[in-house]
Amino acid sequence: MDIMQIGIIGITAAVLALSVKNQLPQFALMISIIGGILIFMMIMPKISAAMQIFYDIGDKTGIGDIQIGIILKIIGIAYIAEFASQICIDSGESAVASKVELGGKVMILITSMPVIMAMVDLVEKLLP
Amino acid sequence: MDITIVFRIAAVGILVAVLNQVLIRAGREEQAMMTTLAGLVVVLFWIIQYISELFDTVQTLFKL
Repeated sequence: MDIMQIGIIGITAAVLALSVKNQLPQFALMISIIGGILIFMMIMPKISAAMQIFYDIGDKTGIGDIQIGIILKIIGIAYIAEFASQICIDSGESAVASKVELGGKVMILITSMPVIMAMVDLVEKLLP
Repeated sequence: MDITIVFRIAAVGILVAVLNQVLIRAGREEQAMMTTLAGLVVVLFWIIQYISELFDTVQTLFKL
């Protein structure tokens, strides 16, 4: 049922944005931003349910909460970076969009640093 | 989180566009610019509330 609402919100936002685009491009951009936010707000409960399943799987398989937390944090950073850079691309500012993407990549690298260090230590222990 | 916000923004946009044309035809370009800016600021306020709510949700959801 939800997918129909999502589709309808997307189509109405696109049509309204197009109707205002040639006189006032700023409003078209704002309508598309609001459309994106509404759709995400609708799917958010489903995402939190999926998160819970992630944690349950983590508990069952013995993967520590830290690793699962890092994975979720990376997903969150990737989502916000993609959200911002898509809006910049929509408004024609592809240079700014690539900077936002670069920032997102750096943040993800920093977040995943502990996992990389743990792997390096593990390899070091294995080598004679 | 209802769709009326989309219609509200579209209504403000269309209103400002019409006002813009009327003022330009009446020869007052600077007032047309003013109404566009005013409409822009109003809509920006609404949007910033929604964006901050989105980022709060993402923050609590992904434990950023």
